[in-house]
Amino acid sequence: MSEPILEIENLETYYGKIHALRSISFTVNKGEIVTLLGANGAGKSTTLRTISGLTRASGGTVRFLGEDITRKAAHDIVKMGLIHVPEGRKIFKGMTILENLELGSFTLTDEDERARRLQHVFEIFPVLRERRHRDSAFLSGGEQQMLAIGRSMMTNPRLLLLDEPSMGLAPFLVQEIMRIIVKLNREGVTILLVEQNAKVALKLANCGYVLETGRIVIQGDAETLRRDESIIKAYLGE
Amino acid sequence: MSFQDILLQQLANGLILGSFYALVALGYTMVYGIIKLLNFAHGDLYMLGAFIGFVVLSFLSAFLGDSWTGILCSMVLSMIAVGLLGVLIQRVAYQPMLSAPRLSILITALAVSMILANLVMALTDGEYLAFSTDLGYDGLELGNVFITYTQMVLVGAAAVLMIALYLFVHKTMYGKAMRAIAIDQDACRLMGINVNRIIALTFFIGTSLAASAGIMAGTYYGSIHFFMGFVVGLKAFTSAVIGGIGSIPGAMLGGLLLGLLESYGTQIPFIGTEWKDVFSFGILILLLVFKPTGILGKTEIERM
Repeated sequence: MSEPILEIENLETYYGKIHALRSISFTVNKGEIVTLLGANGAGKSTTLRTISGLTRASGGTVRFLGEDITRKAAHDIVKMGLIHVPEGRKIFKGMTILENLELGSFTLTDEDERARRLQHVFEIFPVLRERRHRDSAFLSGGEQQMLAIGRSMMTNPRLLLLDEPSMGLAPFLVQEIMRIIVKLNREGVTILLVEQNAKVALKLANCGYVLETGRIVIQGDAETLRRDESIIKAYLGE
Repeated sequence: MSFQDILLQQLANGLILGSFYALVALGYTMVYGIIKLLNFAHGDLYMLGAFIGFVVLSFLSAFLGDSWTGILCSMVLSMIAVGLLGVLIQRVAYQPMLSAPRLSILITALAVSMILANLVMALTDGEYLAFSTDLGYDGLELGNVFITYTQMVLVGAAAVLMIALYLFVHKTMYGKAMRAIAIDQDACRLMGINVNRIIALTFFIGTSLAASAGIMAGTYYGSIHFFMGFVVGLKAFTSAVIGGIGSIPGAMLGGLLLGLLESYGTQIPFIGTEWKDVFSFGILILLLVFKPTGILGKTEIERM
């Protein structure tokens, strides 16, 4: 269980003059659910964006499956099986649900495989099948999140970076999304989950890291973090 | 000629004019949709399409003749050449400006437009060149209305190109990626889409459509001139805005509408040929007053 899939070493990122990540290091092992916690502006999304190649790192390394991907283009990283579901879902509004899902499998040329993956997504999210020819702009927040996760599944991920999948969702929908994350994990997908909702995230994670102003200030297994309420309170303001 | 005949005759004229506008407007709207650039050089690429087609045809006519075979071959070759030039312009002139303020890239586009127009002016001494073809003036007579076969073929060819574009954009993965990039580039990168490659493809398709219109116009009017891209570029831009800039069906609709307005405008007493532009643009201004985003445009308004 302790074979690393993602290794981050001394990662540094700037947004203009803002030093967003200050020498962050952590490891995600194959098959795990790891959560990255922190308040707004702590650098959680920046960490994910730097890993997936959307934002350039100014120092340090990101290694995925043993390969250095720090300078690799985002679209090439995707082909290796590292998929990032960004903050705010970023679905293609104005295009149908089916088209959104198909674009998830853009790198694929095998039509049979595409159909198989589509089938798999529809099994997990029957609501998407019902509405597949509808414009995705008309989906509710929860359905949009399902579409975003479904779209990432079309890419056949090995490691999934999820940025606040619970954001803006009603509690029962948060439970539903978390249930699906666990299901994906059981199917063999490693998960790096960014959350503001520490309670929810620590319930399913193996271990967690707490970010504050671009630094990792606490790390430990989820069990310990969950018990240590004072730490959570101090850094996450709950 | 009865009133009905005039309506029909002008319908034919308007459709042909509108097809040219629509083909050029498509490139305008596609490029705007994908990188939010008003490519003012687009009309000049239409002009260049006509000139390259002219050069190719003068070589090919020895083997293929001046009729449809020769025209079709030179059209395909010119579309490829101008399409590649469009990609080159994007890479050299626009790509480095993408992160600069919006105004810089707009001025770059104006510069590219002047370079292309003046280059052709220097090469041709600013003369009109006769686009000589051997198509004849045969046609169909419907009552008092006469439509040449040339007109029919040109409108048909424009329709085929537009249908092909529509199918490409809606049925293929590359076409879907093109629409997706217009919505969210970052999300596309995260799907494994090489955004720069799709932008290049968009420029290729957009400029080659403009080139096809240039050759059709050369064939139709029988002469070409370095300045021919200027007015058509303006009108194509207008068509794209009327249809709702960024919308592909909108550009087709806007082009046809503008063509029809112009040809009917010539028939209205006291307006006639000299005032046809005033008439059609007047109506278009009215349309934009009541629907500022264009016929098929989204409500989102981007400040220029």
